[in-house]
Amino acid sequence: MSECWLVLGASSAIARAFARHAARAGDMVILAGRDADDLAAGATDIAIRGPGAAHTLQFDARDHASHIAVVAHAAELAGDLPLSVFLAFGAMPSQAEIDVDFAVAWTALDTNFVGAVSILQALAPVLERCKAGRIVALSSVAGDRGRLKNFVYGAAKAGLTTYLQGLRARLFRAGVPVTTVKPGFVDTAMTWGLPGMFLVASPEAVAAKCYVAATKGKEEIYVPFFWWGIMTIIRNIPERIFKKLSI
Amino acid sequence: MRAKTTTLTGWGRSSQARLEAWRPERGAELEAVLAAASGQAGVIAHGAGRSYGDSALNDGGAAILTQRLDRISSFDAGTGELVAEPGVTFRDLISTFVPRGFMPPASPGTAFATLGGAVAADVHGKNHDRHGSFGDHVRWIDLLGADGQTRRVSPGDHAELFAATIGGMGLTGLIRRIAITLLPGASEVVRVSERRVRDLDEHLAGLFAARAQANFSVGWVDAMASGASLGRGILETAEFAPGLAVPPPPKRRRILIDLPGFVLNPLSIRAFNRLYGARVPQAGRESVRRLDVFLYPLDAIHDWNRIYGKKGFYQFQCVIPDAEAPRTIREMLETIARAGRASFLAVLKTLGSAGQGMLSFPMRGVTLALDFPRKTGVEELIVGLNRLARERGGRVYLAKDALLAREDFRAMYPRHAEFAELLGRIDPTAKFTSDQARRLSLTPARRA
Repeated sequence: MSECWLVLGASSAIARAFARHAARAGDMVILAGRDADDLAAGATDIAIRGPGAAHTLQFDARDHASHIAVVAHAAELAGDLPLSVFLAFGAMPSQAEIDVDFAVAWTALDTNFVGAVSILQALAPVLERCKAGRIVALSSVAGDRGRLKNFVYGAAKAGLTTYLQGLRARLFRAGVPVTTVKPGFVDTAMTWGLPGMFLVASPEAVAAKCYVAATKGKEEIYVPFFWWGIMTIIRNIPERIFKKLSI
Repeated sequence: MRAKTTTLTGWGRSSQARLEAWRPERGAELEAVLAAASGQAGVIAHGAGRSYGDSALNDGGAAILTQRLDRISSFDAGTGELVAEPGVTFRDLISTFVPRGFMPPASPGTAFATLGGAVAADVHGKNHDRHGSFGDHVRWIDLLGADGQTRRVSPGDHAELFAATIGGMGLTGLIRRIAITLLPGASEVVRVSERRVRDLDEHLAGLFAARAQANFSVGWVDAMASGASLGRGILETAEFAPGLAVPPPPKRRRILIDLPGFVLNPLSIRAFNRLYGARVPQAGRESVRRLDVFLYPLDAIHDWNRIYGKKGFYQFQCVIPDAEAPRTIREMLETIARAGRASFLAVLKTLGSAGQGMLSFPMRGVTLALDFPRKTGVEELIVGLNRLARERGGRVYLAKDALLAREDFRAMYPRHAEFAELLGRIDPTAKFTSDQARRLSLTPARRA
């Protein structure tokens, strides 16, 4: 397989691992994000390790107006290769911070949901036109149920999951698969030092699973797989009981 | 950024520490992380956690984990110069550069070790006689010091700080980037020749002869053998073999549980050592192996330290100057055999020359390394071995050490005062410190 992966939010641990994985497989990668220095360091690293080439692209999920230009730039960098998308950006402020400041809630909603919809809406026509490529987006198990401890983030991710369902139906008609990935706890800067973490997966393992799921054109996966079982239980607890739980 | 309160151990799992662990993912975060982490109880960098004792631990304080700072920054195929962040591992270098004909010039016994750790311990490998230790190939280091400033230290600039950083066990600061020259002429496979050696004399004679003849050499000693067969084992030498077909990498195995203590006993270890020796036919053998398989035989079993159970083990490694080596190593092996202290294979190797660092381990001599399950009485045995190494003008490897006494350390490392004096100037409050540093008084005393 040789394609060009636009990695959105490329400084995050899972995205870094995914970009390395793809480049190792011979794909081209475009590292897109806000921290230009970090992206450049990542691209240099990938280009040296090879064999896939690496580029960088300035991208801010919250700067919706710039997204059309970002997509045009990415398509140009991809050249003749089919453009695929790995959407990995996100923000997870604590519920406590969100509860005292709506601006923080808006950051979570805008980054995880509105920003994702904005860039994917801009990308969809390109993939549709080429009838090639694929989209893999990181949603979250947190979107499966609104929980006391994380429900604004959860609501944003639930919105993203629902959006991706519709996008999948649309792009299916162009032969472009859309894969929703719902990671459980992953060992990233986002979760480092948070209390209550268990069964934490490595970013490399999650990235490898994402890559395989993408090549197989899977619709929706939990990573690691056992989160499907955990979330099935959590989804099926009756609301009158669930509301009393503090998970 | 958040820290995580956690327990870290040395690879031997006999040393452990409860500490605040910080794990930066971007180089630009380092100043802030250092400021946040180096509070009351100081901080130490922690790479892959492959040093055996307490050198990367800081009980009650903080550690900065470098494993996510793992970017390669540049590589020049003309000169072999590589610039990389401290969390890049030997495994990264082997897989990326050996197919292009370059390899790390000096490599420890595990590819999981990081380049930052390789600087801190000035590691050596099976080609030390030819190519020296890791520090001999370092061109410069970008070092973030206790004062929050980053300096490029090299043999030409800040030479004193450079010499303290090579082999300095992480106590001079945080390494941001390292420039080293990779060794050209590497091949993905090596031609290995193995032969049985009957006793210590034959073993040492073979190793001494290999110094001039072989690119790589190492001896495996059956540490359970005594009497006339004391020091018997297998002598391995290897040469590059360019152009040969590369076998696929072996499947890595894992040890999923801590084995109970009774699994390793003198009988089982004796049996293992016998089998290991019997692999090689009487007449010796030649084979072709992947370079990584030859360099890192233990990496095939991912968590091999778990076979020693929950209590862990100690590794003892010393180097003894050539002239004293035969009788000293004989005495050491006799002491170990007499104590009935089961150890898996011991490793015997020659070293070529002294390292660049003030606290570099290598010197011209013979190095002996072996593991001891952590059972009652083993500490005394190791303390005795440490003393003997000191008496014979040798030294103990700080990357393996958990038990060295301060006076023994000072006698073994003649530049210790120079090192302490420098640290007193650049880091008077000992922002950088470790359990080992406090045990050996490497750093200035902290005021409570």
